[in-house]
Amino acid sequence: MTALLAVWFLPPRASDIAREVDALFYGLLVLCGIIAIGVCAAVVLFCLRYRQGSNATRQAEQKTIPLEITWSVIPLVIFIGIFIWAGAVYFHMSKPPDNATEVHVVGKQWMWKIQHPNGRREINEIHLLVNHPVKLLMTSQDVIHDVFVPAFRTKQDVVPGRYTIEWFTPIKTGDYHLFCAEYCGDGHSRMGGWVHVLAPDAYAKWLADTSTTETVVAAGARLFQARGCAGCHGPNATVHAPPLNGIFGHPVALSTGKTVIADEQYIHDSILQPKKDIVAGYPDNLMPTYQGQLGEEEVMELIGYIKALGSTSGGVP
Amino acid sequence: MNAIATPQAAPQPPIHEPNYLVVENTVRSWLLTTDHKRIGILYMISITLFFLVGGAAATLMRLNLLTPQGALVTSTTYNKLFTIHGVIMVWFFLIPSVPTVIGNFVLPMMLGARDVAFPRLNLASWYLFVGGGAFALWAIIAGGVDTGWTFYTPYSSTYANGHVIAMATGIFIAGFGSIATGLNFIVTVHKMRAPGLTWHKLPLFVWSMYSTSVILVLATPVLAITLVLMALERAFGIGIFDPAIGGDPLLFQHLFWFYSHPAVYIMILPGMGVVSEIIACFSRKAVFGYYFVAYSSVAIAVLGFVVWGHHMFVSSQSIYAGMVFSILSFLVSIPSAIKVFNWTATLYRGSIWFQTPFLYVLGFIGLFTIGGLTGLFLAALAVDVHLTDTYFVIAHFHYIMVGGMVMAYLGGLHYWWPKISGRMYPELLAKLSALFIFAGFNLTFFPQFILGYLGMPRRYHAYAPEFQVLNVLSTAGASILAIGYFLPLAYFLWSLRYGKVAGRNPWNATGLEWTTDSPPPKHNFAVVPVVTEPPYAYDPVAAEEALAAERKQREPAYVR
Repeated sequence: MTALLAVWFLPPRASDIAREVDALFYGLLVLCGIIAIGVCAAVVLFCLRYRQGSNATRQAEQKTIPLEITWSVIPLVIFIGIFIWAGAVYFHMSKPPDNATEVHVVGKQWMWKIQHPNGRREINEIHLLVNHPVKLLMTSQDVIHDVFVPAFRTKQDVVPGRYTIEWFTPIKTGDYHLFCAEYCGDGHSRMGGWVHVLAPDAYAKWLADTSTTETVVAAGARLFQARGCAGCHGPNATVHAPPLNGIFGHPVALSTGKTVIADEQYIHDSILQPKKDIVAGYPDNLMPTYQGQLGEEEVMELIGYIKALGSTSGGVP
Repeated sequence: MNAIATPQAAPQPPIHEPNYLVVENTVRSWLLTTDHKRIGILYMISITLFFLVGGAAATLMRLNLLTPQGALVTSTTYNKLFTIHGVIMVWFFLIPSVPTVIGNFVLPMMLGARDVAFPRLNLASWYLFVGGGAFALWAIIAGGVDTGWTFYTPYSSTYANGHVIAMATGIFIAGFGSIATGLNFIVTVHKMRAPGLTWHKLPLFVWSMYSTSVILVLATPVLAITLVLMALERAFGIGIFDPAIGGDPLLFQHLFWFYSHPAVYIMILPGMGVVSEIIACFSRKAVFGYYFVAYSSVAIAVLGFVVWGHHMFVSSQSIYAGMVFSILSFLVSIPSAIKVFNWTATLYRGSIWFQTPFLYVLGFIGLFTIGGLTGLFLAALAVDVHLTDTYFVIAHFHYIMVGGMVMAYLGGLHYWWPKISGRMYPELLAKLSALFIFAGFNLTFFPQFILGYLGMPRRYHAYAPEFQVLNVLSTAGASILAIGYFLPLAYFLWSLRYGKVAGRNPWNATGLEWTTDSPPPKHNFAVVPVVTEPPYAYDPVAAEEALAAERKQREPAYVR
């Protein structure tokens, strides 16, 4: 019976978070089932018992207050309990572990462009290692999209001009649907593909079987030179630009007096909209914008490179 | 022996005026009428036409979804169809449905008034509505719009083809009709109540219409502003929402849902008011917990303004904002739950009379309960992440808006039809329609809950093959639903000529509207009613005694 149910009504459960979401879902199903059946049973019972002409007792006036309090307070308490439970799982979903492999995802009408840390690129397919946490760093090149993998029970909008993060640990090898879940135009229902969760040996084979020669960091380093970043930010630069070594993940004091953490979003915006946040002590007309010059994938590679810059090493690795 | 039902005021003396339908007969007299009842009829005809347009779009969508490849129409056409369906059904059917048809017709009469506070503004509302509708229809005929009813940026402002601005203009104009109607009703309830009709003697329908009107007045301007900003970006490239030109796409979602979540309550509160009226009348018992039902409407209207962010749990909104919106969403479910429990308790020890309006209300309670409870799944953060933007959401809000509001609208039409037309409809066919709609609705939308949990995203022209069986079931249900909707259209029209004459108060109901003729004269009442009774002075004991006495009389002598 449960097997039949599973085939029919349950999507495969292939991530660690899926267990938690399903537990919550079934909890809600039982609770709401009891309430729905209770209300319907009461309505049907009263309709039968108090139908016109039946010989049941009738009464116009009733005491209301004790009942009103009962059926307001009990649901309230239960609902707050569900809120806390669901909030805890949501919080867990939102915080990727430090050891997660970072995979870059760029959405555009109507395809997903994926890049793995070793530089391997894929379109509409993501190969992943089983039992290893994965963090997708995502943005869009045009409209809002959404990475939805039902088997993982995760979903996150992919927003132009913003980085969003989705993470999960696949726990079962197999092929799972990848859908775009935010309406994005004509090809919306075609904007999907597959997530392949591989066993360690198969994954190693997949990784090796590649013509890619350049890792994300190396590609970023190449861009750093080729696009003229190094001319100002490099070790031998003559122009006075903020040094980038070791800034990733650390606080940066801005000319406005505010302090921000140099995360992916900060570096992304500093490349594309350099006037937005000026580092304290630097003129605001030093850096040209790269809006329209660099694609989102290239910006992600540059960020990968800047992340990899150590705090002491001065140059390009 | 007590009366079965004591009206709120003494019945009107005999009225020797022609009724509102025949008092003037020219087309001009209809198009320039300031009579709230005639305006209600104008709205009824116009929203029925819009319902047919929105329904046709839904039919084509359901047919297309019979096969995983979406063989019937192209993806472009499909995207236009769901946009038409959403825009027309939300703004040109559901939002005006109960308020402008039933509200316009019965609200002033329930208050014992001759008309609404601003009759000419009321007519202007209808012209704004129809003018806006004309823009929307023009946008559809001229080539359509494929943004979805939500107009998310930057898709709508930069990338979409089609007549986005014309469609938005239509909604913008119709919105002012809504604002004017809301304003009119608020002033009417404050200033036009009959002598003796204190706030706590108001029928619950009035409370729900009042709460709805407050939302209409406060929320609709935000929609207008949002659409203008979107159109400015689209027409002139002013960067507001598109990050490529310096805008913020999330800002649009905040503004849109700041209107559209309260709008969800515009699409259910009036239905709740209808349910309260009908359930009291047909169980011959005052609504259980009048104060709780009345003030829960107000609570819904207020809380409804602070839950918009629950549409944005995966939008990249801050997770802490998500938590606040989640707990507030659980809170807003409490007043709705209170209503359902109170309606159920109203049946207890009543004297239940199974007439068509009551059957629709039973359908409402069942479907609204499921719709409301599935809302809890979507308020629960981690579950929403999986379910949002899937068919689960589609099923959820159709249970509320179609299962709830459309059932209530049809229930209300059946309840007040004798007052509106002066005629009765064929009871058996009407009961059949309620049954068809209930069965067809469940078959259409219940499979969509499962589809959603399985992971089928919404707004998909083509889908993975494993979703086909449930989609076919859903389409099958939709065809039953369609029959259910066509039945009332047919027999209401038939009844205008051939229906049994209804008389003033065929249901033995207590509201002021039942103390005057059916159909009422132009100014509703011959003398101003003086309200002496509470709203639901029904007596189930007396109803049973009267029924027993009637049966005894009918029995042949040898049994007696």
